[in-house]
Amino acid sequence: MNSERELPPVLVDEAQLERTWADEPGLAGWLTSVDHKSIGIRYIATAFVFFLGGGVLALLMRIQLARPDNAFLGPDLYNQIFSTHGSNMMFLFAVPILQGLGIYFVPLMVGARAIAFPRLVAYSYWLYLAGGIFLWVSFLVNVGPDVGWFAYAPLSETLYTASKRPDVWAQMITFTEVASLAVAVSIVTTAFKMRAPGMSLNRMPIFVWAQVVTSFMVMFAMPAVMMASTALILDRLVNTHFFDVERGGDALLWQHLFWFFGHPEVYIIFIPGTGLVSTLVTTFSRRPMFGYLAVVLSLVATAFIGFGLWVHHMFATGLPQLGESFFTAASIMIAIPTGAQFFCWIATMWSGRLSFKTPFVWMLGFFVVFLIGGLSGVMVAAVPLDIQVHDTYFVVAHLHYVLIGGAVFPLFAAFYYWFPKITGRMLSEPLGMASFGLFFAGFNVVFFPMHVLGLHGMPRRIYTYLPETGWGSLNLLATAGVVLMTFGVLVFIADALRAWRAGVIAADNPWEAGTLEWATSSPPPNSNFVHLPTVAGRDPIWDNPPDQPVVVGLRSDKRDVLVTHVLDAEPDHRTIFPEPSQWPLLTALATTALFIGSIFTPRAVPYGAVPLFVTMTGWFWPKEAGETGTQQWPIEHRTLPRPNEEPGKAA
Amino acid sequence: MTASTVLQSILDPAGPQAAYISRLWWLMLWVTTIVFVLVLGFLAAALLRRRRATSEQSLARAVVAAVGATVVILFGLLIASVWTGRAVASLGATSAVTIEIVGHQFWWEVQFDDADPSRRVTTANELHVPVGRPVVLKVTSRDVIHSFWAPNLHGKRDLIPGYTTAIWIQADRPAVYRAQCAEFCGKQHAHMALDVVAETEAQFERWLDAQRKPAAEPANESEARGRDAFMRRQCVLCHSIRGTLARGLVGPDLTHLASRGKLAAGTLPNTRGHLGGWIMNSQEIKPGNLMPPNLMTSDELQSLLTYLEILK
Repeated sequence: MNSERELPPVLVDEAQLERTWADEPGLAGWLTSVDHKSIGIRYIATAFVFFLGGGVLALLMRIQLARPDNAFLGPDLYNQIFSTHGSNMMFLFAVPILQGLGIYFVPLMVGARAIAFPRLVAYSYWLYLAGGIFLWVSFLVNVGPDVGWFAYAPLSETLYTASKRPDVWAQMITFTEVASLAVAVSIVTTAFKMRAPGMSLNRMPIFVWAQVVTSFMVMFAMPAVMMASTALILDRLVNTHFFDVERGGDALLWQHLFWFFGHPEVYIIFIPGTGLVSTLVTTFSRRPMFGYLAVVLSLVATAFIGFGLWVHHMFATGLPQLGESFFTAASIMIAIPTGAQFFCWIATMWSGRLSFKTPFVWMLGFFVVFLIGGLSGVMVAAVPLDIQVHDTYFVVAHLHYVLIGGAVFPLFAAFYYWFPKITGRMLSEPLGMASFGLFFAGFNVVFFPMHVLGLHGMPRRIYTYLPETGWGSLNLLATAGVVLMTFGVLVFIADALRAWRAGVIAADNPWEAGTLEWATSSPPPNSNFVHLPTVAGRDPIWDNPPDQPVVVGLRSDKRDVLVTHVLDAEPDHRTIFPEPSQWPLLTALATTALFIGSIFTPRAVPYGAVPLFVTMTGWFWPKEAGETGTQQWPIEHRTLPRPNEEPGKAA
Repeated sequence: MTASTVLQSILDPAGPQAAYISRLWWLMLWVTTIVFVLVLGFLAAALLRRRRATSEQSLARAVVAAVGATVVILFGLLIASVWTGRAVASLGATSAVTIEIVGHQFWWEVQFDDADPSRRVTTANELHVPVGRPVVLKVTSRDVIHSFWAPNLHGKRDLIPGYTTAIWIQADRPAVYRAQCAEFCGKQHAHMALDVVAETEAQFERWLDAQRKPAAEPANESEARGRDAFMRRQCVLCHSIRGTLARGLVGPDLTHLASRGKLAAGTLPNTRGHLGGWIMNSQEIKPGNLMPPNLMTSDELQSLLTYLEILK
């Protein structure tokens, strides 16, 4: 390096940096924010509210099923409730909350100032919110979906369901899928192009890997369901005949399209959950992940195999036996990468110095619950057994063990783990343990008996049953367990509300974790990192030597962002990121008008395109070129000056 | 009825297919339980063991061994699954009875075909099968997707409009097995059941012969008035009674209604009181079913019930 060259200052103007990356003040600032941290929190909070709403629906269903011939809910309402519960939990809770964690933490974990395409992420949130409100308002005015979260044709066709309920379902899909595609693109780009120098791909945190793998799955799976739901809307709105048997459509086509999305959807929910588990196992074993490579490859393998087993939802339709055997083999095979991850986690804990904190205990709940769900998954992968238990309460039990085990337990673990980072305050350890105990016990009391109910012949999606079936007592037991689960969640909420205002102030790295989100303050500054870090290992906080260089030369008066190479994360170039903007919100409003209008008239599409065009034009209006500011320095890594040391030694 | 009703359960097999599948179930249950205990055992050991150094190499060996064991176990289960699948699908085809089942919202149409059209039998919500003989069920649907599932006999098979598929079942002992729709089909999916009546060959033949006969003729004035009421009212638009002018194909065939054990697709016992209530306002009993309420005088209803009761 040429020592004659003038070097940029090492110390940045922190106050100016904070101003540069700040939202505008007040309500306007809230509406125009493109900060991934604000948007991430909004995603998480909104999805959590939908989780509570879906929980209330579950409670209503359990009350109705508590005894035979119960008249608490009629079939019309019950069908809306179970359809809305499923759609809500899949599309408005599970996927968005995990993506919300990705939005918040992926940029922090890779040491970036922002998320890629920040306005797109802001737009995705507004669209998701609009879709969620649309579904719930429809439900509250008695137009909630009532043909299941899977909306099988031809039941969802106009001939059998004339109301707007299936349209509400199909358009809610469009809302949430556009939103999650936007997030997926942003997360992949952030992880691939904005990593801190030194964080080569094989040093990327496993949570980030999980988010990347999930995002790719979103990109391949979501178009199938959007295509299907759009075709359904066309069938209903303009009399196309995709799925309408009377006029040459095909009822099975719907199932293929839906499950080509629907099965990967399970892994879209579960893979980020395993990413969380890997993160927590590493932190609370206080050692690097054992078998990092195996775990990453397992995630990738799961994603690939996950696209090869959609037919196991259709074993009862009477497909040829040879084909079914193929899908049995694929469904059983997916247990191998999952098993490999389990063994790597156990090996990590085996050789680690464990710290039994609340997040770790919630994660142990994942181990027990998800293991049961995975093993019953091997059972339903076998065609002969599946045709017995398919569409029974056995599968209701299985899927809740997989999804609550694979996503909700890790999520609660993540809430306890990252709450200090997000809010700067600690949640209560004793209350966290109490919440876990209630939720874990309640969960098993609710869902374990359902295995037996399924074996005793109880089908899913029935609003009541006859006394002579003998299903009454186990159903009553399942309903009783809901009380425990509810209290578990309420304890968490009460503690979170308390801790948010009055909790113990958290240190920057209260769990002594190794990933970069803990290398900044709690909560992080607007710019994420005052000094953009560089990385010398998989767990930078543990691996970086004390004189690890930081990135210097980025402007603090502009939203200057470092872009790095995909494989080695060597600095590539820098770019100026957008300021807060009102256009994502306005574009989302225009999109919402188009989507909702189009369930009533096809004219909404051309008319609705006009405001959409206007708002998009505003969004993409070119900025003035050639702005001047502080000097554009070349990107350098250099060591942060330490006390009693001469600053400015180039790395 | 020939025997007591057996609750629907896959753990109480009454035919070869359900027996094969239940054996696969017990195998799976044992294997997965052992795996569960082992994995949680290792987890517990990892959590509770005294901390001492473990080399990464020995950990790697253990993980590789565990993955290897997983592969072997899964492969074994795959073989068991495929073997069971073949056993279930290949039942002896000799002297099989062929029965067609057509799904409707929210009831089952059951047809016994015959080369001679006058010997064809159509009934509803009750499937009679001879014990010990394979029965081929050809299934389809007239409206939305339903699924036929008699857990004590076999796994389920979807009834899909536009497709006709076939499965075998066989009942090994006489009893009434309850089957229930297993694919969500709309408002009254919960009340769409069917009794599978397995009886001896002789009883089955006798039953089939009786079903082939046209409907009984009214023998007295009250019964004749009942039949008139049926023909005059909207009943005739949807229901058939063979041997009369009632030829509706929308609702269940009522030619031998009184011979059936249940009403409203396995929902109510077939008694005069329930039948009367069903006719007057079935929406009270099965809200959302496709039969409209019928307003009639008490006299008219009583004679209609009297007539329907002779349709044995």
